[in-house]
Amino acid sequence: MTQNIKFIQGNEVCVEAALYAGLTFYAGYPITPSTEIAEHLAIRLPLISGTFIQMEDEIASICAIIGASLTGNKVMTATSGPGFSLMQEGLGYAIMAEIPCVIVNVQRGGPSTGLPTNVSQSDVFQAQWGTHGDHAIIAMTASSHQDLFEITVDAFNMAETYRTPVILLLDEVIGHMRERVFIPEPGELPLVERLKTAFKEGVDYHPYLPREDGRLPMSDFGGIHRFNVTGLVHDMWGFPSNNPTIAKGLMHHLIDKINNNVHEIARYKEYHMDDASIILVSYGCSARSARHVVENRRKRGEKLGLIELQTLWPFPMHVIRNRCANARYILVVEQNMGQLVHLVKMNVARPDKVFLCNRIDGVFISPTDIRNVLRVIQGRGV
Amino acid sequence: MSVKKFIRERFFPHIWCQGCGHGIVLNAMLRALSALGISKNEIVVVSGIGCSARISGYVDFHTLHTLHGRALAFATGVKMSLPGLNVIVPMGDGDALAIGGNHFIHAARRNIDMTAIVMNNRIYGMTGGQFSPLTGYGMKATTAPYKNIDHDFDIAELSRAAGASYVARTTTYHVQQLTEMIKEAILHDGFSVVEVLSQCPTNFGRRNKMGGAVEMMESYKSLTTPIGSKAKQENPALIERGVFVQRELPEYCSEYNAIIEKLKKGTEK
Repeated sequence: MTQNIKFIQGNEVCVEAALYAGLTFYAGYPITPSTEIAEHLAIRLPLISGTFIQMEDEIASICAIIGASLTGNKVMTATSGPGFSLMQEGLGYAIMAEIPCVIVNVQRGGPSTGLPTNVSQSDVFQAQWGTHGDHAIIAMTASSHQDLFEITVDAFNMAETYRTPVILLLDEVIGHMRERVFIPEPGELPLVERLKTAFKEGVDYHPYLPREDGRLPMSDFGGIHRFNVTGLVHDMWGFPSNNPTIAKGLMHHLIDKINNNVHEIARYKEYHMDDASIILVSYGCSARSARHVVENRRKRGEKLGLIELQTLWPFPMHVIRNRCANARYILVVEQNMGQLVHLVKMNVARPDKVFLCNRIDGVFISPTDIRNVLRVIQGRGV
Repeated sequence: MSVKKFIRERFFPHIWCQGCGHGIVLNAMLRALSALGISKNEIVVVSGIGCSARISGYVDFHTLHTLHGRALAFATGVKMSLPGLNVIVPMGDGDALAIGGNHFIHAARRNIDMTAIVMNNRIYGMTGGQFSPLTGYGMKATTAPYKNIDHDFDIAELSRAAGASYVARTTTYHVQQLTEMIKEAILHDGFSVVEVLSQCPTNFGRRNKMGGAVEMMESYKSLTTPIGSKAKQENPALIERGVFVQRELPEYCSEYNAIIEKLKKGTEK
């Protein structure tokens, strides 16, 4: 058997993985540094009788994929910060109406137009709280192309499992970097297909009545069951309702289906964690530099370890709480003014032992940047 | 001709005020669909936000009640992924042409096969009577208490310029014509716009001293005239009714499908 090995950009890896996962519909609007995703899908999707459409803006893009998801397609859109801001209302709709979809945000510097061609990881909180109202979200990331492939497939699987939008929070470095990736054979990675109702035509079908396990077997638009989909609070028929009991029940369902499954959704990697006394916590491209530092310091006998988070939301608090219990210091490495660091602080016994190592100037954080902060933490001066 | 089979009785009573024109439009839409004999499973109604957008909930088709202004973008996703479906988008004037103006012109430009029924009551009714892009110069609204200094769009001209291949206008007074136009628009292969002047006695007529629903509907009779009529030449202020545009243009889903077919034959790399 010959292995399918490619040397491609992260954005292309995302495309390969999305197609592997069963993507059939993409709508998007050009924006750096995510545009290659659209360009490659414009070539690839028509070849498999899928649909590619370039919309008039990012608002329309997310709306179009939601519409296409309702007819039974696996759908995706990709953008960067400014476009992700525009997608927030559609994101909220997909959460409320329980529409599976994958939204890629290849992060760049912000706010506003910011640093279009430079790296950043400053949309971590926006991924969770960008859209209004209480809600839960799944957001995932990766630091290498091989991981990115699997995480992208995971994102599609989770979107189907929980009938929810999943955000792939990539960054400019991962999106544009070229690296070797093994494309798995079909069937090598498990795929989750949409859960459909077994009800026959004419029965009193409740599209928004979850099963006992919280999953929602729904019918596709164009099929034998006709129902209403709305962004309003709705009952089990999908009809708008102001009933306080229904409103409360729906809110619990939408949040619990994700937050109560944080153990299932949490993806992370560990390096040298068994006896680590200084723990680095990182994600995305920053985790590459963090890992470099940890590997080098281990060679010198220093007890450094790394937790690389791949699921950022729901925040895997159990991982941080359990694995950092014996840490002397915790250093969160990220490229923003400190976002994930707050979540880490909230979930450890000694928040004063949690430090931030960051870069906010659009330059990829280097091992030297991390070593410089470690010197200070370890009391070895600047 | 019974339209009751198209109604979700569970959803009633509807939210519209007494004298509102939107129920007349709903009735005309259902009569058109009944006459065309399209299966309920092949009809998708996509709407945005506003009084008019509530139509989607009342009808027993696949219904998608979306975000303010975004109905055509959602509808584009539905139609592109299943071109065999008949997609109907009931919209209000603010929904279609203020917050949704960009989606409106781009759906028209693509000439994607769907029917936009723009229920033009010249006001934001649901929020209590703020001026819309169709309110018109000199009119009053809660956010134009002294008078409106915004000029209005001509929906038919805008649709034509944007590329819609079927554009028609009528009023809630001219119900037979309305039903015929909706039928034609649904049958038309391309982006169709049917503008319906629909009275809002509660939030537009009352504030602008136009009387009640009956007076407003009577004004539709006296203030409109068929396209190209002699009356229009004599009184240019009259609003024209009829089919403004009916042209054969390549339809978007068909064009996309042609690319797929071409690729399948391997004639294009």
